[in-house]
Amino acid sequence: MASGQQWVLVEMVQAFYEAPAYHLILEGILILWIIRLLFSKTYKLHETYKLTEKEKEDLIEEWQPEPLVPPVSKDHPSLNYDIVTGPPSHKIIINGKECTNFASFNFLGLLDNERVKQKALASLKKYGVGTCGPRGFYGTFDVHLELESRLARFMKTEEAIIYSYGFATIASAIPAYSKRGDIIFVDEAACFSIQKGLQASRSFIKYFKHNDMEDLERLLKEQELEDQRNPRKARVTRKFIVVEGLYINTADICPLPELVELKYKYKVRIFLEESLSFGVLGEHGRGVTEHYGVNIDDIDLISANMENAVASIGGFCCGRSFVIDHQRLSGQGYCFSASLPPMLAAAAIEALNIMEEDPDIFAVLRKKCKHVYKALQGTPGLKLVGVPFAPALHLQLERSSGSRDSDMQLLRSLVDYCLEGQVALTLARYLEKEERFLPPPSIRVVVTIEQTEEDIQKLVSCIQEAVSANLK
Amino acid sequence: TSADYSSCRCQRCYSVRYLRERGMTGHMKRLIAMSAGASMLGRQIVHSDSHHGSLYSRPFIESFEETPMLVAVLTYMGYGILTIFGYLRDFLRHWKIERCHIAREREVQKDFVPLYQDFENFYTRNLYMRIRDNWNRPICSVPGAKMDLMERASHDYNWTFEYTGRVVQDVINLGSYNYLGFAENTGPCADSAAEVTMKYGVGVASTRQETGNLDRHEEMEKLVAKFLGVESAMAFGMGFATNSMNIPALAGKGCLILSDELNHASLVLGARLSGSIIRVFKHNNMQSLEKLLREAIVHGQPRTHRPWKKILIVVEGIYSMEGSIVHLPEVIALKKHYRAYLYLDEAHSIGALGPRGRGVVDYFGLDPCDVDVMMGTFTKSFGAAGGYIAGKRELIEYLRSHSHSAVYATSMSPPVVEQIITSMKCIMGEDGTAIGRERVRQLAENTVYFRKRLREMGFIIYGNNDSPVIPMMLYMPAKIGAFGREMLKRNIGVVVVGFPATPIIESRARFCISAAHTKDMLNRALSVISEVGDLLQLKYSRHRIQPSLARPFDDNVYEDIDD
Repeated sequence: MASGQQWVLVEMVQAFYEAPAYHLILEGILILWIIRLLFSKTYKLHETYKLTEKEKEDLIEEWQPEPLVPPVSKDHPSLNYDIVTGPPSHKIIINGKECTNFASFNFLGLLDNERVKQKALASLKKYGVGTCGPRGFYGTFDVHLELESRLARFMKTEEAIIYSYGFATIASAIPAYSKRGDIIFVDEAACFSIQKGLQASRSFIKYFKHNDMEDLERLLKEQELEDQRNPRKARVTRKFIVVEGLYINTADICPLPELVELKYKYKVRIFLEESLSFGVLGEHGRGVTEHYGVNIDDIDLISANMENAVASIGGFCCGRSFVIDHQRLSGQGYCFSASLPPMLAAAAIEALNIMEEDPDIFAVLRKKCKHVYKALQGTPGLKLVGVPFAPALHLQLERSSGSRDSDMQLLRSLVDYCLEGQVALTLARYLEKEERFLPPPSIRVVVTIEQTEEDIQKLVSCIQEAVSANLK
Repeated sequence: TSADYSSCRCQRCYSVRYLRERGMTGHMKRLIAMSAGASMLGRQIVHSDSHHGSLYSRPFIESFEETPMLVAVLTYMGYGILTIFGYLRDFLRHWKIERCHIAREREVQKDFVPLYQDFENFYTRNLYMRIRDNWNRPICSVPGAKMDLMERASHDYNWTFEYTGRVVQDVINLGSYNYLGFAENTGPCADSAAEVTMKYGVGVASTRQETGNLDRHEEMEKLVAKFLGVESAMAFGMGFATNSMNIPALAGKGCLILSDELNHASLVLGARLSGSIIRVFKHNNMQSLEKLLREAIVHGQPRTHRPWKKILIVVEGIYSMEGSIVHLPEVIALKKHYRAYLYLDEAHSIGALGPRGRGVVDYFGLDPCDVDVMMGTFTKSFGAAGGYIAGKRELIEYLRSHSHSAVYATSMSPPVVEQIITSMKCIMGEDGTAIGRERVRQLAENTVYFRKRLREMGFIIYGNNDSPVIPMMLYMPAKIGAFGREMLKRNIGVVVVGFPATPIIESRARFCISAAHTKDMLNRALSVISEVGDLLQLKYSRHRIQPSLARPFDDNVYEDIDD
């Protein structure tokens, strides 16, 4: 902060030399006037409030802070984690029980892919594990550069930038562009990392109803009127729409073509979070843009993590160089964090290889998704939420008991029942107090290409049994 | 009131007493007399055994020599000239006289509100771009004591780089945070990480609270708690996010965060996201901290004057740009007296300080239970990735149920976890060898040696004598680029930093010492630094210490407190 002030100082000194004489005289008079005002006698209300040292000591003695953290009850639903022994791949051992995995976002089954492991291993043998530095200070490895160019090529964009943590990707990207005073229009169902990005940007946030383009247009129109009233401010107020491709909280897709139309109509930029749709939607797994056939250049920034379909760690942003390059100096999670371990980048590269070599896997995944969707539809007592091609669906209670806690408990008992039947499911977890719009409690059902016909059959029968045993 | 201070005779110990008396004690006079030429002394902080028994168990020497006036003036002039030329170049670019290399907005979006304000990138365009080749240098080997760099060339003054395909081999690495030399591709750590890679794969594809809580994670966390000597610990996938996503769980509205002015961006972001009021105290300045604490408690929250819910002091162990070590004994005394909570970020100090490598708490011989929140990263000393928070059981239980990372972020990669487990066990000696202990000792020895030699050569070195982060002042903007390039020409990789990472006139080079550096490497590096230092006239120091053979290097830096 101090450095910024000094920078201003340099400018001030320059301005001083450039200013005309009458200006300096006027300013001199003003300064003298201010000094006079400062020293002239006025009411000093504060004096009556002055505390003596003794009073101060007493106040300090009196003050009792709250505990650092409130106590957590022993049976808090999210305190005791399920323990997974061994890899969380197609077969997963949860709390000692071997199950078929319907809970990890390993859509393409790349997590325990032999080729990916071998590449990661080779990279480990060359580079070791950690990078021991941020990208700027000898933390850039040739593997990072390769992964960035491969991602850009895969997505058919000019440039890509990788982050070492999926969550930090969009949360850093948003505040890199949107600053105080700017306006962001965002879908109510946006995931938590978007919410954190919005908060970090300190911009003005306007939420529109989930996937409701009319509501968005209403807000945009309002803003347009506002802009016409104050055109000077409007000229420097950047406007963004932030949406997810497939919403992780609702498992449905954003109406991208309509969003692009609105973008050009109201001159708002679009940021698209594709963590769930990258490597899932579209003929080649490029995500929502490919799914709808939208020109990817019409989207200003696409971000996704490499922790779901790619089954590695980290995230990336891609788009035009004009936009993306800015993050190399302004993306906080990029500049100030150690870079991605090279072996994780190597694993991601190999995953991309597999995705490029065999685009059929996306068709297979879509088929499986539709199959699971159809099979789970109409489960008595439960409501299936999502679109048929979404790989991570939600099962909500058809009738809520009215209390979130008891709903969660009920769903948890369904999950436990399924675990006993060797089907691994999980509750979708949220921070209830922190979410802007808390989604209703639900069980996550994740589809992967490794699940067989029988697995799906077993899932369905397990859930049905669980429902009839627990729901009355 | 604060009994811990009352017996102290040291003026530089920022105590309550000092606040009230502001007198010059005999000790200070002696100190000044000793360092002939007090006016040249910028800031030197000395605490030692003799006069500070209760707080410091060993000498604590930290110095920040004042910027020489002439250098300061020349530095400002340098920036002035750069700025003038920047405007000139921008003018030429505007009128298309000079070719513009900057990526452009799409034609169809030309009438959108500009994504960047015009001035926003002035610095990048006109100053950073000239010396951009000193950063993001790609490496293609282990970031160990020596590394291989990919050779880059630029034909358009750094706007674009071209990889020549050649590799610059065996560059001595003074840039990576590889304090204990665990950036390795062979040896027990790499072997067991390899085994885990083949068993688990690299991803987890779920969060800790869902199905991403592996047995390895739990094992690592138990080990971290044991290593730090606290009840419990929790690990997160990214060091930066450990701060930015957990501080909001610890403080919120109605809380006050007192933050050191030089705290890392992640701490600043975390504090902002928390919604607490943030007040900044001067770097490592205990007077400033105490003043803020007193005022905060006496006056309560702004406007409403309600008492604060809680006060969280946020400090770092070693400050990565300053090389200074937090005055932890005093911070703890203050936090106890004022009932504040202490959040200690040991990103750089864990593994790198203390006779047992357990960080700044170990260094001062304090009780880890006096620090409420112990935070650190695995990126540096452990050669892995991620971060941890450790402390009392209640704290960790709360984080397990309320941390943003636990709920929304994918959990840590199994091979990375394995690297942490094996390297930590090595430091603790649980692997049955003395390798870890030897590395901790070697790092301390290397650090003291390197700092001493640099000072003798007449460079201005910032920070604490025991800090393996060694900032060496360059000051002038032109010297940032020149130093980085000249060092690389001589096969030594260094980090140079300037504004905005440092105050505008305090550009510096930063050396990170590693236990993996051999004496030969250090000597080679030192002689090259000296050579380049002469070339660029970097030996600014005005109270150069004469190299004396009478004071041979102390091999047992930690002898006095070794158990």
